[in-house]
Amino acid sequence: MNVLVRSVGDSGVVAHRNLLNVLRTPGSMVSGVIQPVMFVLLLAFVFGGSLGGAEYREFLIGGIFAQTLLFNSSFTAVGLANDLQKGIVDRYRSLPMSRIAVILGRTLSDLATSSLSLVVTALCGLAIGWRVTTGASEVLLGVALLLFFAFATSWIGAFVALTARSVEVAQSLGLVWLFPVAFVSGAFVSIEAMPAPLRVFAEWNPVTAVATASRELFGNAPPAGLAQPTGWPAENAVLYAALSSAAIIAVFAPLALRRYLLISAR
Amino acid sequence: MGGDDHVIDVEGLTKSFGGHRALRGIDLTVPRGHVLGLLGPNGAGKTTTVRVLTTLLRPDGGRVRVAGHDVLSDPGAVRRSIGLSGQYAAVDEKLTGFENLRMVGRLYGMNRAQAAERARALLRRFRLSDVSDQRAGAYSGGMRRRLDLAGALVARPEVVVLDEPTTGLDPRGRMDTWEIVSTLVEDGTTVLLTTQYLEEADRLSDTIVVIDQGSVIARGSADALKEHMGGARMDFVLAEAADLEAAAGIVADHGHGRPEIDAGARTLSVGTSEGQSAMTRALAALERGGISVVEVALRRPTLDEVFLELTGQDGRPADVPAPQVGGVR
Repeated sequence: MNVLVRSVGDSGVVAHRNLLNVLRTPGSMVSGVIQPVMFVLLLAFVFGGSLGGAEYREFLIGGIFAQTLLFNSSFTAVGLANDLQKGIVDRYRSLPMSRIAVILGRTLSDLATSSLSLVVTALCGLAIGWRVTTGASEVLLGVALLLFFAFATSWIGAFVALTARSVEVAQSLGLVWLFPVAFVSGAFVSIEAMPAPLRVFAEWNPVTAVATASRELFGNAPPAGLAQPTGWPAENAVLYAALSSAAIIAVFAPLALRRYLLISAR
Repeated sequence: MGGDDHVIDVEGLTKSFGGHRALRGIDLTVPRGHVLGLLGPNGAGKTTTVRVLTTLLRPDGGRVRVAGHDVLSDPGAVRRSIGLSGQYAAVDEKLTGFENLRMVGRLYGMNRAQAAERARALLRRFRLSDVSDQRAGAYSGGMRRRLDLAGALVARPEVVVLDEPTTGLDPRGRMDTWEIVSTLVEDGTTVLLTTQYLEEADRLSDTIVVIDQGSVIARGSADALKEHMGGARMDFVLAEAADLEAAAGIVADHGHGRPEIDAGARTLSVGTSEGQSAMTRALAALERGGISVVEVALRRPTLDEVFLELTGQDGRPADVPAPQVGGVR
């Protein structure tokens, strides 16, 4: 129990330090703000016209939530790689602190960036006609689910940073996998129109589940023209989004921690 | 040897990176309250040794104990006993001096109030009180280094490890750092510091260990190392630079090793173990050879000369056997 208390306390100290860094680095949040705005405008007005106009724009925002939070995992990758490169992680490693706290502190503090991205996306959505039509409990559940997903993908970013070891490599490795995972999903289109192997991937892709779940919880119906998938993940989108996020943490937290502990063998 | 009286106890430490053998069997012991200066050129293995001692790097072979704890079997206890200040000065530039130290205190397990109080005390001690609420990024190089040093002392550790504490500092900053190390010694802290500066090792350490290419090539006090060089050096300043070659031939018969020639200063320098009598004979021989000498000196070698002889000039490995000087292993 003492170990757990210590880990939480140390993670809090690390997260506090990370937040002070973010607040005192003008510009560090810029891409977290601009990115969702850019994707909203691109998809709503460049692609959206051919995909269903106003109806599509309401459908779109759930997808942008999922995609933006997924992309935010690259902030974790770059932030942690930066600490590794600058010797900050060595400072931590020479201290008698909890081993997991260095990574947990980072994934926790990156929730702040993700929250900001969520607010910006929601504001963009409201500006283009997206509306929340459900009650407070659904909205709260939706926000919690989105943040849980953001927290989960952050662990993938941490694993990338600890594998890459340099900021440059972390930056490129942290981005390459994001595009296929974000776009081979039901975030922006109907997966029913995809060829079979991609459709199966998209059907089980957590991004699909998170996008679908947030549409459900915020009360956004898909446009009539977009055929919606059937099957267990689609019919239990909220549950599946939560389970797959938990699974991502269950896989990537131990992997990241293992990488962290192996630093000393280099 | 070994046991409780040695706060740092390293035996047969080896470490390779890929095919490169960075450490080839280092032995070190540091008694409680002593300062050990680990001296060597760039790439000698100083930082690798420090990283193993501070649990940042796992050794490949050998036994490493710090404050009685093994770095492999009980790294947590080692971390609780040490304070590290690195050459890279891992202070967080976005945090104030106070926030930096408070964070370190918290991560050593202090509560908020204890950590804040300790941070204030250290900032006072390191003359950083005036800038304690400014971001470390705005500090001068010397102030930043003092902050990094303060970070190493937050938990009042038994052992303080300083990796090249004065590299990149101006003379003023270097003097400051030396002063801090001296006060640590007064407190009874055991210190291991690495340096490329002989003067620094001489001034701060009780014992100097010279390492080169991953091996210990000499150890002892600064005085003992100088003795090892064959006691003394004879310097001859000639009237005519043209005489240098001839004079070197004559002087070589009365000293040991090849005389070093500094043409610009018209100076010859050679080692001797016989001191005064060798000097008298060499001067007589020079006079017979018709060489006019304007200045002579019989002096102890500088540490630079010791260092250059031990490490071999132009980076060659020295073929001197590791001398065991003095009582320290």
